Amino acid sequence: MREVVTGNHTVSHAARVARAQVVSAYPITPQTQVVEKISEFVADGIMDAKFIKVESEHSAMVACIGASAAGARAFTATSAQGLALMHEVLHWAANARLPVVLANINRAMGPPWTIWTDQIDSLSQRDTGWMQFYADSNQDIFDSILISFKVAEQVLLPAMVVLEAFFLSHTAEPVDFPEQEEADRFLPPRVATHTVDPEHPAAFGGLTGPDHYYELKYMEHNAMLEAEGVIKRAAREYGDITGRYYKMADPYACEDADTVLVVSGGIASTAKDAVDEARAAGKKLGSLKIWAFRPFPREAVRELLAGKKRVAVVDRNISFGQEGIFCTEVKASLYGRDGAPPVLGFIAGLGGRDVKVRDLLAIAEAAEKADCPEFNWYGAKP
Amino acid sequence: MAEVPKKLTIPAEEYICSGHLACQGCGAALAMRYALKALGPNTVYTVPACCWSVIDGPFPYTTLGVPLFHIAFEAAAASACGLSAGLEMVGKKGVNVVAWAGDGGTADIGIQALSGAAERNDNILYICYDNEAYMNTGVQRSSSTPWGAWTTTTPARHFKKRPKKNLVDIMVAHQIPYVATAAMAFPEDLIRKVSKAKDIEGTKYIQIFASCPPGWRMAPEYAVKAVRLAVNTRIWPQLEVEHGVYTINRKPRKYTPVAEYLKLQGRFAHLTEEQIEQMQEMVEREWDRLLFLEKSTHEMAGLPLAGEKAAASKEGGAGAAAGQG
Ligand SMILES: Cc1ncc(C[n+]2csc(CCOP(=O)(O)OP(=O)(O)O)c2C)c(N)n1
Ligand code: SF4
Ligand SMILES: [Mg+2]
Repeated sequence: MREVVTGNHTVSHAARVARAQVVSAYPITPQTQVVEKISEFVADGIMDAKFIKVESEHSAMVACIGASAAGARAFTATSAQGLALMHEVLHWAANARLPVVLANINRAMGPPWTIWTDQIDSLSQRDTGWMQFYADSNQDIFDSILISFKVAEQVLLPAMVVLEAFFLSHTAEPVDFPEQEEADRFLPPRVATHTVDPEHPAAFGGLTGPDHYYELKYMEHNAMLEAEGVIKRAAREYGDITGRYYKMADPYACEDADTVLVVSGGIASTAKDAVDEARAAGKKLGSLKIWAFRPFPREAVRELLAGKKRVAVVDRNISFGQEGIFCTEVKASLYGRDGAPPVLGFIAGLGGRDVKVRDLLAIAEAAEKADCPEFNWYGAKP
Repeated sequence: MAEVPKKLTIPAEEYICSGHLACQGCGAALAMRYALKALGPNTVYTVPACCWSVIDGPFPYTTLGVPLFHIAFEAAAASACGLSAGLEMVGKKGVNVVAWAGDGGTADIGIQALSGAAERNDNILYICYDNEAYMNTGVQRSSSTPWGAWTTTTPARHFKKRPKKNLVDIMVAHQIPYVATAAMAFPEDLIRKVSKAKDIEGTKYIQIFASCPPGWRMAPEYAVKAVRLAVNTRIWPQLEVEHGVYTINRKPRKYTPVAEYLKLQGRFAHLTEEQIEQMQEMVEREWDRLLFLEKSTHEMAGLPLAGEKAAASKEGGAGAAAGQG
């Protein structure tokens, strides 16, 4: 079924189609419509779920943690300040190996107050142990949420689907929803083990000394590595049902490209237009969309970028004093490899400043100059 | 030249300028205006996420004539405690440090910090402007949303079925020196309470009932009328609780039925007659409880209970002039 829906309502529909059993969330611009719609679905019985209308995001995440520990499928959505307030318990969800799924609407962090997009809210959660997927369209949001549940429940790590404030959250686009039976086939009910259950008394997360803690981290790391294979399998299976095949690193006209723009989120779809325009002008430009940020598609990035003349990473985020975070990740993947291209970092679009086709073309052009610095603030007014 | 009246019931000084971003008929904007008249210029505000973080204006503007420090949603009380301690340590004594937050920032996400401040009795004035929902994000329920109300997260078919959280009693339970309610339609009472609170050492808590026309699904011209009705129907009793002793500041001689209040507002439009009757009963039960508390706490403290007449005549001005219907 094809419907024209906003990014936010796409999230609500995905929670419904995924048959989330417990939803707990707290309103924040630009996420509020997600919560409002789910609350309608639940109240009207369209969704067989409990919706816990908590008093803060911290409690929203903890309620999801509780529900997930009981064996239910749990979902929440938030943004910026809300995600930051969850930080402590994001670690808790991951370290407790609970497959909670969260949609985060990218919004820049205050102060000053802002409601517009950038990626620092979700990227600041990089090391909490959550998988992260960056969507570039409303269809992508929907599909990523379904795939996330499947993968999360298999590898027992939580997953975050990330979409940009307003550019996706409030923009209506046609979205194909699979039939419920199809979705159920892809995502059957959760089979939970090690749940909080009076028939199997156990303590969860009690004090653990250095003798065991270290190995728990080792296992968590391996679960994240293992997730890569699980994501690929799930994406293939999902593609066989829907015809849409997702790649952790998704190249566009990369094969013969001299310059590749590495992009994520909504900028990835703008980049395709930029590439088309550059190609029409006879320039060998390609783009690479990073869909999965954790686990990071290191192998694919190496393969796809090997031998290129240069790579320009466009980051809608900044790690102060260092560089864009995607840029660091790309460099780390390429370091010491044969044929690793020079990597040039470009910060762009912080706080919702629009990144248009012409901006991406200007970035590509700047990268092609022999004296292009390794790190650039694109378009910053002095 | 206009003749200046000898004695104004409201201070003439203004510490808020025009051009702010509130909607027409915003009760929170009026509440701020009156509170500042009581507080004067030796005041700093800390404001968590709420409508007032927008009303004050976008960079590089501000509406207040006193400093306004923006802070995270859950953090009003703790930031006030920090400002209060910090100002004292840098030698700026006697500054009124005001945490100014909405009902969501007070009753929900900010209650932990507020409770912490109150238990320590830190020297702050906490003012909650209560419009009974999360207005800034587009009218979602808060725990201060009353029974029966529509919000976007309590749709009309499934309106809110739990009563409004009683923050006054919660704050009284912290045994702080001063807890009061006020309403932005009764400026003299509001100003008297804020003035009194500012001179008390310790944690002071005032909850100001403030209308929100868009959030209440109501025409802006009813902004003041609705809040007057809230008081005159006893939906919003005007109280002071000093060291645990309850005083009801306004006891209307003739109570207006709650239906009069409800019918102005679209957020209650779905209620049936029986449900309105149910609400009337709830209001009466709560009023009786307050009368009992007033009497018993006065008795326990060995204080005489002021006659209704005296209490009413103290009001004066717009308060006393407020219609009984
Ligand atoms: C941690 C966090 N969660 C959510 C928000 C989004 N948010 C901003 S204001 C607000 C509602 C405020 O409601 P209230 O305190 O009643 O003030 P009002 O808007 O009604 O004036 C919300 C949910 C935020 N800024 N920070
Ligand atoms: S939404 Fe309500 S509280 Fe917010 S500015 Fe408008 S009238 Fe005031
Ligand atoms: Mg409010």
